[in-house]
Amino acid sequence: MSSRRSRSRPSSGSSRITDDQILDLVSKLQQLLPEIGNRRSDKVSAAKVLQDTCNCIRSLHREVDDLSERLSELLATTDTAQAAIIRNLLTQ
Amino acid sequence: MTSIYQINSATRIRFARRFLISLSRMRRASTLGPPSDEEIRTRTRRIRIVSYSSMAFAVGSSRAWSRALVLKIRNRARFRGILRNKCLASKKKRVIKRHKVSREMSKTDMLRRLVPGGAGMGICGLLEETAHYMTCLATQVKVMQSIADHYSK
Repeated sequence: MSSRRSRSRPSSGSSRITDDQILDLVSKLQQLLPEIGNRRSDKVSAAKVLQDTCNCIRSLHREVDDLSERLSELLATTDTAQAAIIRNLLTQ
Repeated sequence: MTSIYQINSATRIRFARRFLISLSRMRRASTLGPPSDEEIRTRTRRIRIVSYSSMAFAVGSSRAWSRALVLKIRNRARFRGILRNKCLASKKKRVIKRHKVSREMSKTDMLRRLVPGGAGMGICGLLEETAHYMTCLATQVKVMQSIADHYSK
């Protein structure tokens, strides 16, 4: 956890950011991550959570790229009703 | 994993609606017959931008990352033709530099680069925005996946 304290805090304003606030936010991020070890909140360091978050966001960006390509190829060849898709999505 | 998808169901519907409308507009505008590789590449790029902008608009101006993303997309569209040659030249130099520095960059800086608008935030704001951004990204991926699955049936 010491790596967090040595990191320079940007001069955002008058309010001092407490370590508890940061801990709380980092644990919130940790819960979002799809990992086996995300229950054991005490044993995972903040650096690992940040690293996993970065990896997660990068992989999500890649998935968006792949899906865009897939949709672009499908777009030319199909003719479907949009009402059916929206209905499908709404009932999920 | 389930916590990612439980939030923002209204946002998900707004995103899906905007995205589908943009997709149908693209389909109507496309040429008849099999598209060339160049057309597919251009359309892929457009679909990618449309997906991010649809999500940013669906989230609205309540989040710093969505505001930053909307601004970025608008500015890019506006200056794309004029500054294209200039940007390409300077981008090449910048990419080489980035590889050298990336090992020393802190995790916070990496996160700031990934989250739109992250550069100007304090650490607390950055972590909050990251959490919301990640859930919205996951929603975006899930909706795009179900659309693609529906189209490929």
